[in-house]
Amino acid sequence: MKQTLITLVEDKPGVLNRISSLFRRRNFNIESLVVGKSETPGVSRMTIVANEPEARKRGNIYFNLLKLVNVIAVKDVSKLPCVSREFILIKINIDPNQLNEVNTVVKQHSARIVDMGAETVIVEAADEELVINNLVSDLQPFDITEIVRTGKIAMRLGKTLKVNFEKINEKEGEIRWKPEQVSSYQY
Amino acid sequence: MKKQKLTGAEIIWECLIKEGVDVVFGYPGGAILPTYDALNNYREKIHHVLVRHEQGATHMADGYARVSGNVGVAMATSGPGATNMITGLATAMMDSSPIVCITGQVPTAVIGSDAFQEVDITGVAIPVTKHCYLVMDVEELADTIREAFYVARSGRPGPVLVDIPKDIQNAETEFIYSEKEINLPGYQPTVDIQDDDIKEFAKMVNEAKKPVILAGHGILLSEASKETLELAEKASIPIATTLLGIGGVPDSHPLVLGMMGMHGETWVNNAIQNADLLIACGMRFDDRVTGNLKTYSPNSKKIHIDIDPSEINKNIKVDLAIQGDLGNVLRHVNPFINSAKKTEWFNIISGWNKESQQRDVLNIKTDALLGAQAIRKIWEGTKGNALIITDVGQHQMLEAQYYEHDDPRTLLTSGGLGTMGFSLPAAIGASFYEKDRDIWVIVGDGSFQMMLMELATAVQEGVNINIAIINNGYLGMVRQWQQMFYDARYAETPISSPDFLKLAEAYGINGYRVKSLDEIIPAMNKANKITGPTLIEFIVEEHDMVYPMVPAGANLNDMIQRPLFNENGQYKKKEKVL
Ligand SMILES: Cc1cc2nc3c(=O)[nH]c(=O)nc-3n(C[C@H](O)[C@H](O)[C@H](O)COP(=O)(O)OP(=O)(O)OC[C@H]3O[C@@H](n4cnc5c(N)ncnc54)[C@H](O)[C@@H]3O)c2cc1C
Ligand SMILES: Cc1ncc(C[n+]2csc(CCOP(=O)(O)OP(=O)(O)O)c2C)c(N)n1
Ligand SMILES: [Mg+2]
Repeated sequence: MKQTLITLVEDKPGVLNRISSLFRRRNFNIESLVVGKSETPGVSRMTIVANEPEARKRGNIYFNLLKLVNVIAVKDVSKLPCVSREFILIKINIDPNQLNEVNTVVKQHSARIVDMGAETVIVEAADEELVINNLVSDLQPFDITEIVRTGKIAMRLGKTLKVNFEKINEKEGEIRWKPEQVSSYQY
Repeated sequence: MKKQKLTGAEIIWECLIKEGVDVVFGYPGGAILPTYDALNNYREKIHHVLVRHEQGATHMADGYARVSGNVGVAMATSGPGATNMITGLATAMMDSSPIVCITGQVPTAVIGSDAFQEVDITGVAIPVTKHCYLVMDVEELADTIREAFYVARSGRPGPVLVDIPKDIQNAETEFIYSEKEINLPGYQPTVDIQDDDIKEFAKMVNEAKKPVILAGHGILLSEASKETLELAEKASIPIATTLLGIGGVPDSHPLVLGMMGMHGETWVNNAIQNADLLIACGMRFDDRVTGNLKTYSPNSKKIHIDIDPSEINKNIKVDLAIQGDLGNVLRHVNPFINSAKKTEWFNIISGWNKESQQRDVLNIKTDALLGAQAIRKIWEGTKGNALIITDVGQHQMLEAQYYEHDDPRTLLTSGGLGTMGFSLPAAIGASFYEKDRDIWVIVGDGSFQMMLMELATAVQEGVNINIAIINNGYLGMVRQWQQMFYDARYAETPISSPDFLKLAEAYGINGYRVKSLDEIIPAMNKANKITGPTLIEFIVEEHDMVYPMVPAGANLNDMIQRPLFNENGQYKKKEKVL
């Protein structure tokens, strides 16, 4: 089962190394990891997608991530309502007479053509994984020469109180970042 | 008036002093030279022990940490000095031992250029440390060292490495050692206890008919001996210990069954397999403890108390998970525990006990000296009161079985990593803290040769340790596996040794050799009269085995038992001899 973990980490050298090292060392299956600046200076927000069939192992991933000193907070949002997006660029070799067909597919999937060259087009899309997958398979009949794709980023729906990183678990209303307890952890 | 500036090197020593460090185990070299130069100004407050191998330094720091509960400190230069520390870091990591290793690094300007003796040691050390730091700015040095000690000792303890480039050691700044509480937003070593969990805990204990407490290393780390015994005594619960839990509860206590697991006694493992409740106290269900996970204690409910939530439900799925410091949790739960007697349960266990007693190796009659008998004699000779540091192998398991420990932190041994070579340096380290007990190293002939260069350190420092070499001419534990599982094809397990008495002489220490039971106590008495290190070589039966044994991955109750012997104390004809 896919497990989506939103992770706040200190923006320090080697942090990515520590996280990938953890997944490798513990033999956890990682599907994607996206990292970028967050709303708070010095803090990066990661979206990690892991894929472990066993519930027990999924809990173990969560608590192992949390254990890393540079990891500030982790939230398993696998079962929570979220907006999730992946981003893709696809380059296609194209005959001028195919342009309409490509356009139709692109429109169907709410994607966009962002570059139209003499012999190529580049298609871009930002959507849920399934939509992106469908876009790619519908474009298969054409001469695709390059695909570049990011992993998933995710954000929970609803009101979020800004996290105070100085004292992450002390203020009322910010409990959403409080670490889970093993006994109450929902896999 | 402006405050006087200190160099990074001076700041390192100042920080160590602030952390209460009075001994550092280390070895100099190019990239740590500034720090060693500055040491000359701190000799009054800090004693530096010159080791013979950086791995030795890490084990010394580890031994010091295990016996004291304080952070042990090791120091080395960059490159090979730092990589030599990896085994020691991994050993400390596996057994949750708090050490801080300080390494020199090439100057910041050339980091990444394959400079002379450059190794990306923080990169290498990530999987074998609790945390590690590369200090790139002298302004951050003091805070980093402070943080390193805090991380090493708090929560579930572990090793921390601080890598400090040479130019940072030379750079100057004002020394400020913050007194503020450390704020690491991502590091919460402890959590609050949930009342519901405590109630559930008590309910499960009060309802159990056949409970067993599994006492682990966490008892020592949490200093929860009293609380654990209180729980056991109140509800009449037998206690099984892990290898690293030995000493957490007194072996002589009637409720303490002994060590569980691969080389645990039959009655201990049978109790676990037949229990209706397991209360795991600061232990991590290592595979040497559980055997086959699928058949492990099949009918019991399980409570797991651990400070590290990632250990809970890792190997064994439990019914009640309690995150927290063991002592603290038990202090909460004990008032809710009802007094109870469990006569029936104890009768069953003592039945198993009687059966195994018949096979006890102490009752075998043989001309050769058996390892177990030698260790039992050491126990007698030290009145069960020594600090024992063992190495890895058969002698380690025999120690666990035949030396009874009544006090916490009186057995130091490498459990999780099983690092051969651990004992001698760990004992040297421990001797800088332990001044009241006799210190005995119990080490195999193979293991001793893996770190024997530290004998020179022991001599140079004049430390009071006695080294008992249990010489069976083999890498005995591996030979045992070859005998049992590889048709006795002894591939590379016979091992030769130097003449240990001549070796002792070469190092300028007293050495003795014993070949029979009667010679042991007199030799020990001689050794005890001598200040400084001594060595006793025990020539023991070559082909002896450690029994019982649960083969790796087998069911915990499927133990290979020592063959029965007849009334003359010899093995019965049909049974395989030794
Ligand atoms: C040759 C050989 C044979 C071996 N055979 C056996 C055997 O037969 N039986 C056996 O038991 N072992 C055996 N071992 C050792 C085994 O490999 C493990 O090292 C050992 O079982 C681990 O014990 P532990 O879980 O108690 O300690 P650790 O591995 O140190 O684990 C301690 C646990 O306590 C937790 N903890 C720490 N502090 C606290 C606190 N304050 N409060 C609560 N929890 C805390 C930690 O998070 C951790 O989960 C053998 C080793 C070797 C080398
Ligand atoms: C560094 C290291 N290398 C290899 C091993 C594998 N190993 C485990 S026990 C053992 C034999 C130890 O021999 P010895 O010290 O003579 O002890 P004995 O078993 O004979 O008592 C070996 C080689 C190990 N644990 N550590
Ligand atoms: Mg041997």
